[in-house]
Amino acid sequence: MSETAQQMARAAKQRWHQGGRARRRQILDRIATGASIAAGTLLVLVLLSILWTLLSRGLAGISWATITHSMGPPGSGGGLGNAILGSIIQTGLALAMAAPLGLFCGIYLSEYGGKHNHFASVVRFVSDVLMSAPSILIGLFIYQLVVAPWGHFSGFAGAVALAVLAVPVIVRTTEDMLRLVPTSMREAGAALGAPRWRVILSLCLRSARQGVLTGILLAVARMGGETAPLLFTSLGNQTWSLRLDKPMASLPVAIYQYAGASYDDWVQLAWAGALLITCGVLMINIIVRLSARR
Amino acid sequence: MSMAPVPRSSKRQLGLDVLFHALFWASALLVLLILGGLIVLMATGGWKALTTFGLSFFDQSSWNPVKDRYGALAPLLGTVLSTVIALLLAIPLAFGTAFWLTNIASARLAAVIGTAVQLLAAVPSIIFGMWGFFTIVPLVARYVQPFVNHHFRHAFILGPLLKGPPIGTGVMTSGIVLAVMIAPFITAVMCDVFGAVPPMLRESAYGLGATRWEVMRKIIAPWSRNGMIGAIVLGMGRALGETMAVTFVIGNVTSVGWSLFAPRSTVASLIALQFPESPAGSLRLSSLMALGFTLMLLSCASLVVARCLRGRRQ
Repeated sequence: MSETAQQMARAAKQRWHQGGRARRRQILDRIATGASIAAGTLLVLVLLSILWTLLSRGLAGISWATITHSMGPPGSGGGLGNAILGSIIQTGLALAMAAPLGLFCGIYLSEYGGKHNHFASVVRFVSDVLMSAPSILIGLFIYQLVVAPWGHFSGFAGAVALAVLAVPVIVRTTEDMLRLVPTSMREAGAALGAPRWRVILSLCLRSARQGVLTGILLAVARMGGETAPLLFTSLGNQTWSLRLDKPMASLPVAIYQYAGASYDDWVQLAWAGALLITCGVLMINIIVRLSARR
Repeated sequence: MSMAPVPRSSKRQLGLDVLFHALFWASALLVLLILGGLIVLMATGGWKALTTFGLSFFDQSSWNPVKDRYGALAPLLGTVLSTVIALLLAIPLAFGTAFWLTNIASARLAAVIGTAVQLLAAVPSIIFGMWGFFTIVPLVARYVQPFVNHHFRHAFILGPLLKGPPIGTGVMTSGIVLAVMIAPFITAVMCDVFGAVPPMLRESAYGLGATRWEVMRKIIAPWSRNGMIGAIVLGMGRALGETMAVTFVIGNVTSVGWSLFAPRSTVASLIALQFPESPAGSLRLSSLMALGFTLMLLSCASLVVARCLRGRRQ
């Protein structure tokens, strides 16, 4: 009896190991594993190719003159100085507008916007819609809102467009970070007699400082690389110009204008600008990542 | 008997409390007004075109500034087709990479590559446009198009789809560039979603003798299905509204046809190129606004879908 059972078990085991089913499962697993490794490798290779193209073409164009000279006609030894300065000014101004607004809105959503506050849930949804709205439409919107009534393009309009892009990012991170602050902290503050605004600003915001700063930095990274909303708002400028009511140059728009040109030195400058922008954006992201780990 | 002494400053503090509440509320209202203003301005701006052409605005293929006749079919078709191609290419790439990073690769390799992929999701889109313009366009023009033109010219359905002058720009090229742009983003979200599957489920499946693929297919994928679709829809939203990456590589011709390799245009690229030439108050500007409004609706719809799917899982 038991011998036959053992034999049967052995036979079953053999069938299992040699049989079609196990074999098919193994082969399927191999195929899936191989395909996924291939997909991963392909993606990594493509992304490396982008970085390589940027570095190999961009490094040659980066010199002192690139940063200090203003843009100029082809062959005149122009640089990207005014575009870099314009980008910094517009991003800074946009940040000055977007940071308080986004911060306050995020505070409202987290501290006053409970489950039953319909106004808050609408605002939350709208902010998410804005975050994923096509950036060129934001450019169109600001064109109609600011540029058309004024009658001319301006650096200020560009800054407003960038601010609209940045607000939803700051709102989302502020709200998420404030929600991480434990309720007991708020209760402790209230028990000590602190009014609500004091609890929010001095306790919650202070303990969520790191995360909120991260959101603001990410918003800066997003603004720094955006081209589409600036096309119809700050337009671009070939000369040094610090006036906010005049068209102002910016690095992404300069890249856009130069990359499609048929002059070699302009294309070279476009690649240098692309390398500068990518380095800046990646640097901000790496700083955020390192500080988050700590 | 008097009550406990009330601090002198309490009235002022209460006033400040109301003030700050109002401030926070007003900022939230402002955010609401921004989006409201955006949608209203698009709708009123596009109203002229929509009333002039009616619903035929959406099935007219000609975009003719000379005759002042505008139809949205060509750019809408370009947007939808390039997005579909981008998704078809990006989904397997992102899914495979996420599967590799979460289940197969060693922890150290996964950390390095995962971080790199997340960082690259933040690279500005104009960089992808330039890369496509200087790398993919010549590649397609020099190798891919002559090859398919030679071998598939008379193929049954593929023939008309693949033929075209070897310029290199077109829906296919922009689909490829968009795929490369959204794949890191989708991968990053998918890695997060896969990581949220309870380890207990996964380990039990391995304990029962399941292979890696079976764990993926029968445990992780059903568990995180909504999250995966949400990631894909978010990527789709990005591809729909992308301007800079597409404008470089699509060729910018408003025409309708079967070929995937002929130059076309998308809603966003058309707006970027034609807006500066459109005088204020013209029918052309209004048509562009109507296009923008349609794009806004598409992007809104994709977000709503992504949200519903995410909400259902929680």
